[in-house]
Amino acid sequence: MATLKINNINKNFGKTEVLKGINLDIEEGDFLVLLGPSGCGKSTLLNTIAGLETCNSGEILIDNYKINEMEPSDRDIALVFQSYALYPAMTVKKNVTFGLEQRKISKEKIEEALKNVANLLQIDQLLERKPSQLSGGQRQRVAMGRALVRDPKVFLFDEPLSNLDAKLRVEMRREIKKLHQKLKTTIVYVTHDQTEAMSLGTSIAIMNHGVIQQCDKPEIIYKKPQNLFVADFIGSPSMNLINGNLIKEGDNFSFMCNNSENKIKIPIKNYNFTNKNIKYKHEVLFGIRPEHMYLNKSNKNEYEISLKTSLSEYIGHEQIITFNCFGQELLGKFPSSNKIIMNKEVNLFFDIDQISIFDKQTEERI
Amino acid sequence: MEKSNFKLKELEKSSKIKRIFYRWILFIILGVFAIYYISPLYVMLVTSFKSIEEIRQGNLFSLPSSLNFDAWIIAWQGQTFNETSGLKMDAGNVFLKNYFWNSMKMVVPAVLISTILGALNGYALTKWRFKYDNIIFLLFLFGTFIPYQAILLPMARTLGILGLSNSITGLVVVHVIYGLCFTTLFCRNYYVSISDEIIRAARIDGAGFFTIFFKILLPISLPILVVTVIWQFTQIWNDFLFGATFSFGDSAPIQVALNNMVLTSTSVKRYNVDMAAAIIAGIPTLIVYVLAGKYFIRGLTAGSVKG
Repeated sequence: MATLKINNINKNFGKTEVLKGINLDIEEGDFLVLLGPSGCGKSTLLNTIAGLETCNSGEILIDNYKINEMEPSDRDIALVFQSYALYPAMTVKKNVTFGLEQRKISKEKIEEALKNVANLLQIDQLLERKPSQLSGGQRQRVAMGRALVRDPKVFLFDEPLSNLDAKLRVEMRREIKKLHQKLKTTIVYVTHDQTEAMSLGTSIAIMNHGVIQQCDKPEIIYKKPQNLFVADFIGSPSMNLINGNLIKEGDNFSFMCNNSENKIKIPIKNYNFTNKNIKYKHEVLFGIRPEHMYLNKSNKNEYEISLKTSLSEYIGHEQIITFNCFGQELLGKFPSSNKIIMNKEVNLFFDIDQISIFDKQTEERI
Repeated sequence: MEKSNFKLKELEKSSKIKRIFYRWILFIILGVFAIYYISPLYVMLVTSFKSIEEIRQGNLFSLPSSLNFDAWIIAWQGQTFNETSGLKMDAGNVFLKNYFWNSMKMVVPAVLISTILGALNGYALTKWRFKYDNIIFLLFLFGTFIPYQAILLPMARTLGILGLSNSITGLVVVHVIYGLCFTTLFCRNYYVSISDEIIRAARIDGAGFFTIFFKILLPISLPILVVTVIWQFTQIWNDFLFGATFSFGDSAPIQVALNNMVLTSTSVKRYNVDMAAAIIAGIPTLIVYVLAGKYFIRGLTAGSVKG
């Protein structure tokens, strides 16, 4: 258990900048998820923390001690790899204890640590087997065992579940969560799967092009995305973004959809503007998530709109309906019990409490 | 309906005939090639068991009248005891026994050293980043294209300076240096296919350069080690040019001795002894192939095919 601080890390591969001024502050017992599309630099950041890659500038601190110049093995971290990276020629037991043996720890202590970890991860039955004789889930357990057995200060996970099939992934996800609840260790976890990030993390750092776009609790990331990238990346299907203008009349704001000949004018009430200096007219994107559109009126802060349906995708417990909104496609998510007829005007209610507004130019939240 | 059924049956019949026909064509072609390749070995074997008189009769493919090992014994140790006459037959100046062991003394250390160094090189070139590693790899690759003849003179000079000319140690050095490019290339291509994450995991576990190599990589390198051993063994054992250039007289390897034996034999051409000697000189490589052959194919294709 430890804190992990990352101060202004930069890294280049030749001329390409992979990490551009990364700052992170991870508290003791935090579960930080690095989330982003492939090639965004999240794995590079993890490897830099592990010491497998060097950074061009910046500091990495564990418990306020600078570890930049230390060997990976001296940093007191453990890394679980995507491909498990078990040693093929060694038995499970050897795999788990190899790190301890390299550190010249006494046989009795190794035995004890092995026993604890084997019990914790339920791999006692597998100790004499070779990695090739294990299933994907079992290999994943062994890989975690190898990390746990050393009781390191910080755990690093590099997309540990992406080689597993869908069902097993959900199971292992729950187990990692349970493990974190039980052991309360500091974890940095890299993934490109937003469900994994949302369900596991106590905080999520979303990265793109080597920059952290937003680092917050999962709820805040979902509710108040800082910029267009985050808004688009989180959520499935992703947030609807409607082109239009933000109009200021006195103290009241409203949103006017493009090409709607002033027919659609959505009054914006109770919205927390981060930037109050809005001129009379501002080009913006109006963001609303598919799950925040309703077919029935409730007594919330809502806006009623009539849109034509064009496509229906049935996915079991819910359905995704495509609407045509003045040349733009909007997606709505509804319970599959609702009967919706295609190519017909439907009355929809937008939940104005759940919207996000972004500046068209800067792509930042307003 | 019945008509189409009839048509289908016709089709089935004709495709059956076609299949059998192509099968036979295939087997005939393969059979011809097999005979073509095996006939020299057959001639060598039967000739080695014949007496000179039998050979003079001139039927190359006929079986020997009896299993006569005289030629083999003469080829191996120079003389034999003739049961019928009770006389020791003199066999000329050259026989293979001593040279066979010369070759063994040369081939075993040369193969082992070049293989282990090649594996280390391959490991360092794939799993560790260092400055100019690509250039070094290119130089190794380039080394595999250098013909034997090109290095004869500089190597002779070097061996002279090192005081190793005309010695088995000198030949070991030559073969290690010449073979290193090949073994490095083989091992590099194999290690490229092994996940880097294993190495990273080991580094985090606290293992160093050599621990990772010996404890983690070497135990899974058997397929490629077999390939390099077979390759090196065959190359070094069968080498004539280096042996003829860098050694004389008693320190010569078996291929040089075989040449001398065939060329310097007295008035009569003893084909049976020559054949026996040639087979003796070829047996060790055959044994290596038979023992390790199945790994050879596996190792050669490793890395090039996924899974």
